[in-house]
Amino acid sequence: MHIPDGYLGPATCGIFYAVMIPIWVAASRIVKKTLRTKQVPLLAIGAAFSFVIMMFNVPIPGGSTGHAVGGVLVAILLGPWAASIAITVALVVQALLFGDGGITAIGANCFNMAVVIPFIGYYTYVWISGNSAINAHRRVIAAFIAGYVAINIAALLAGIEFGLQPLLCHTATGQALYCPYGLKIAVPAMAGEHLLVFGWVEAIVTALVIKYLQKQTPELIAQEVR
Amino acid sequence: MKIATKLWIALGVLILLSPLGLILPEHFKAGSAWGEWGADEMEKLVGYVPEGLKRLSELWSAPLPDYAFKGWEEQGLAHLSFAYIISAIVGSVLVVLIIGLLGKFLAKRTNNA
Repeated sequence: MHIPDGYLGPATCGIFYAVMIPIWVAASRIVKKTLRTKQVPLLAIGAAFSFVIMMFNVPIPGGSTGHAVGGVLVAILLGPWAASIAITVALVVQALLFGDGGITAIGANCFNMAVVIPFIGYYTYVWISGNSAINAHRRVIAAFIAGYVAINIAALLAGIEFGLQPLLCHTATGQALYCPYGLKIAVPAMAGEHLLVFGWVEAIVTALVIKYLQKQTPELIAQEVR
Repeated sequence: MKIATKLWIALGVLILLSPLGLILPEHFKAGSAWGEWGADEMEKLVGYVPEGLKRLSELWSAPLPDYAFKGWEEQGLAHLSFAYIISAIVGSVLVVLIIGLLGKFLAKRTNNA
């Protein structure tokens, strides 16, 4: 889901940077109010975890690859705003140092993976968990569903961003200037492979870690930054 | 053991296992992620390289492209796995340093946990 340079036209890139700047400012302000010095190492581990988990490419045999983002997990443990900052840092390092995701697409990639995933994931988890106890099985199920739903909505959005490009930017003869695939191809491709394969990976990673932390360190699940 | 210590160890284990994310796709002959093709792959897929894509894709030259060392494209999986682990370490250290720096500006010093 790391959109590279050259797939999105300048207008799309600009719009997403413009959308992200106030979100980054808001996230810094909110985290500044709530983050305690003690929680900084946890935020750092969360960001590094997200960075590394995205390196675990899962193959569709003979097809493409994809990966979990770990964003829902970080959001459950630290809250969506702190998670947004953590994933943004991971995505910026991936783009600048490793060429994974374009620098012109940092705004769009951050919107998909550092905003949509933590916020949709966090609120889905909170909504399904309800008032259940910290060690309730319901929280594991909530984490599973939240992981699946959040990454799928992000993938759908990425598909729409790709698919709009041939409509937005083409030469006089109709040849695409950026992503050549329209909505009819990009949306089913991105949504389909995440619904069928990669969504489950995010769901399983999120649920397993929450289950493990419930047993080992339940206080971690109860100490989010809010 | 402190929670944080356990989590750092878990992160270290993940880093050591990270080459799985390189070896499994290779083994199952899976190509690039959808929408993350290089210009040459794009030419095979649609018969041309979109003009804007060609121009923008050359905009940035990452120091460790695709989590490997430059010029190692033809190396075997063992070498690439090594480069992958080094990339995971470098990336994690950088991410941790940046969050630590941000934390200095953002976190409350009062320890009311």
